[in-house]
Amino acid sequence: MPGNPAVLISGLVKSFGPARALDGLDLHVATGEVHGFLGPNGAGKTTTLRILLGLLRADSGHAELLGGNPWRDAVELHRRLAYVPGDVVLWPTLSGGEAIDLLARLRGGLDPRYRQVLIERFALDPGKKCRTYSKGNRQKVALIAALASRAELLLLDEPTAGLDPLMEAVFRGCVEEQRDEGRTVLLSSHILSEVEALCDRVSIIRAGQVVEHGTLGELRHLTRSTVTAELDRVPDHLPGVHALSVRESRITFEVEPDRLGEVLAQLTRAGVRDLICRPPTLEELFLRHYQEER
Amino acid sequence: MTGTRELIRLALRQDRVLLPAWILLITAAVTGTASAIAELYPGMTQRVALGVTIGQAPAIQALTGPVFDSASVGGLTAWRATTPATVLVALMSVFLITRHTRAEEESGRAELVGSCPVGRQALPAAALAVAMGVNLLIGLLLIVTMTALGLPGAGAIAYGLAITVTGWLFCGVAAITAQLTAHARTANGAALAVLGLAFLLRAGGDASGVEALSWASPLGWAQRVRAFAGERWWVLALAALTTALLICVAAALNARRDLGAGLLPPRRGPAQAPPYLNGPFGLAWRLQRGALLGWTLAFAVAGALFGALAQSVGEVIRGNAQLAQILERIGGAGALVDGFLATVIGLLGLVASGFAVQSVLRLHAEETSSRAEAVLAGAVPRSRWAAAHLIVAFGGPVVILATGGLAMGLVHGIRSGDPSTHLLSLAGAAWVQLPAVWVLAGLAMLLYGTQPRLVSAAWAALVVFALLGQLGEVLRLPEWVQLLSPYAHLPQVPGGPIEAAPLIWLGGLALALVGLGVAGFRRRDLA
Repeated sequence: MPGNPAVLISGLVKSFGPARALDGLDLHVATGEVHGFLGPNGAGKTTTLRILLGLLRADSGHAELLGGNPWRDAVELHRRLAYVPGDVVLWPTLSGGEAIDLLARLRGGLDPRYRQVLIERFALDPGKKCRTYSKGNRQKVALIAALASRAELLLLDEPTAGLDPLMEAVFRGCVEEQRDEGRTVLLSSHILSEVEALCDRVSIIRAGQVVEHGTLGELRHLTRSTVTAELDRVPDHLPGVHALSVRESRITFEVEPDRLGEVLAQLTRAGVRDLICRPPTLEELFLRHYQEER
Repeated sequence: MTGTRELIRLALRQDRVLLPAWILLITAAVTGTASAIAELYPGMTQRVALGVTIGQAPAIQALTGPVFDSASVGGLTAWRATTPATVLVALMSVFLITRHTRAEEESGRAELVGSCPVGRQALPAAALAVAMGVNLLIGLLLIVTMTALGLPGAGAIAYGLAITVTGWLFCGVAAITAQLTAHARTANGAALAVLGLAFLLRAGGDASGVEALSWASPLGWAQRVRAFAGERWWVLALAALTTALLICVAAALNARRDLGAGLLPPRRGPAQAPPYLNGPFGLAWRLQRGALLGWTLAFAVAGALFGALAQSVGEVIRGNAQLAQILERIGGAGALVDGFLATVIGLLGLVASGFAVQSVLRLHAEETSSRAEAVLAGAVPRSRWAAAHLIVAFGGPVVILATGGLAMGLVHGIRSGDPSTHLLSLAGAAWVQLPAVWVLAGLAMLLYGTQPRLVSAAWAALVVFALLGQLGEVLRLPEWVQLLSPYAHLPQVPGGPIEAAPLIWLGGLALALVGLGVAGFRRRDLA
């Protein structure tokens, strides 16, 4: 169903006793996109995913998953999605291969050839008992089971925790393949570089609310670029710039996107010898939100 | 041993509710028995009469052990309260030791602790210190309370210490089983198997009068200390020395192995899942089949042993002309054998409930470890996932009780020369226990589905029902209190008539409890 959102959440509230984990959360994930769900520990990412899985029942608000109700239609919806938890716990007496098959069969089977390809790519030994696996290897088991099931929607909760950089690269390649095949991915993470590399759109969550959402381009638009320039002479006055620092003929400052044209014109008049303009990284975006509101 | 003191403090902090509960339960059970006997049998003639009755009833002795001196209140207390107290301290010791050794390793917490300046033996040493300390405290409390009740001091000391050293001995057993396997569940299972065997040997020996069998069991030693009946102090030393030996073995095993490893190296498994492992039912079977097999074997052994002894129970009495006369009045040797078998089968029913409760609570273990989340994120309705484990919990006791009953019937039948009748009648008698077993499983499911934080109450209920059955009559508790236990409603078979009504309503109650539990579980948040 292209056009219909894969995930549609509005005004979601969930409390655990006196603690309010979700406080009117809104989230929109379009079909076919890789959506980054970004926030630090304890912001409510996992609670949101667990509500989408029908493991928790929301106190109020609306949540829709693949056009269905996540609590009521849990079983039907789970046939169409695959989930990788942040902390994978497996049955100690089962082998890794058995766990992969079991997890995939629980949601309706897997593609055996793709399973083999993934096992090789992730360099997993499927004959070892789950008890003997390290955290990273348990993560691989859950990832392989989820990816090999070729589900419409992947819900991934900090899926690279415990993976080494090589395996992280393998994971990124797999997610890109999934996107190319038209699947939807909701990737919860606090690793900004991962989200920046993979995601089409991003929602930033803080204290149970989404405080920012959009494409990376749109989000960057909301914040300042950093400009470094080597000039013939430093102008006395530069309107609309922040955090200006001058060292001889070299100046560095931040500027709001809508003032950028005006400022560049002034720089040109001052005689530009060298110019670097860097858009804000996601990290800066993220830090700005969390530092400002702390 | 560096760091042992800190680990002891940690264990005490973790168990600050559990330990007082155990201490209170055990001292209250014994003190309650002592004061009830003093009150109900104030005169010596009454007590001696009671002693004679017990002497004629091997079925009772199988449960409680022999009476060494029925003339004194102390002697009767020691007769009645030794078995419940020793079994309880043994259970407590096993659970405590496993919980603070192997379970810590399995969870990975021991790794964090081991990275601190903590000696290799500190973890088992701290666990042993806590568990043995609690056993000593229970013993001392028993000495104080029994003396306060006016019982002779020497007997009280012998009794209290007998309970303490029995607990110690099982601390040693659990310290060894915790070294052998990588899983806390298996470690507990192996230690409990030792306890079960000890109980069987003692029960068999005491019922049939074969002293050697009772001496082969540490539970038999506790009685043979003969508290209040000419104390034999050296038996205490025997138990203490055995404990020391067991602890040395455990320490040697611990010094030799890697953290987290068992005695056997981990085996490789298949790279692909077998076809049956394709849903919650296959998974529940895979997770619980080992336990079911172990329980079935244990019941086969127990059934065969009791079956072999049943005939001797009749013979012991027949040799005594005076007793045989009394016996004829109560229905002959046949009634005596039937009474013994019915008592044993009732005991098997209680023990089988342990499997049922454990099996239902597997749901809870799967949920708290987040493994349930992985299953329920698949296309699996909650009710089906619960049903998978419930089928094992309800079907398992059918299998293990049938096995116990068949083994008992076969061996008893061969000895009495009539295998075909006894085989089926005893298997049927074992099945009569099922409705009560299922009520316990239903109770566990109700707690899990609606109040998951209180699931341990299912175990507490089992212990309370067992104590009601064991002590209810001696303590002359009001009838309605005794009837709170589902086991009190079961017909006494073989020997008695089988009434269908209680079986039907107990079965209905079990179903209702399960239904409510599943309904609650479908509604609530997952942990």
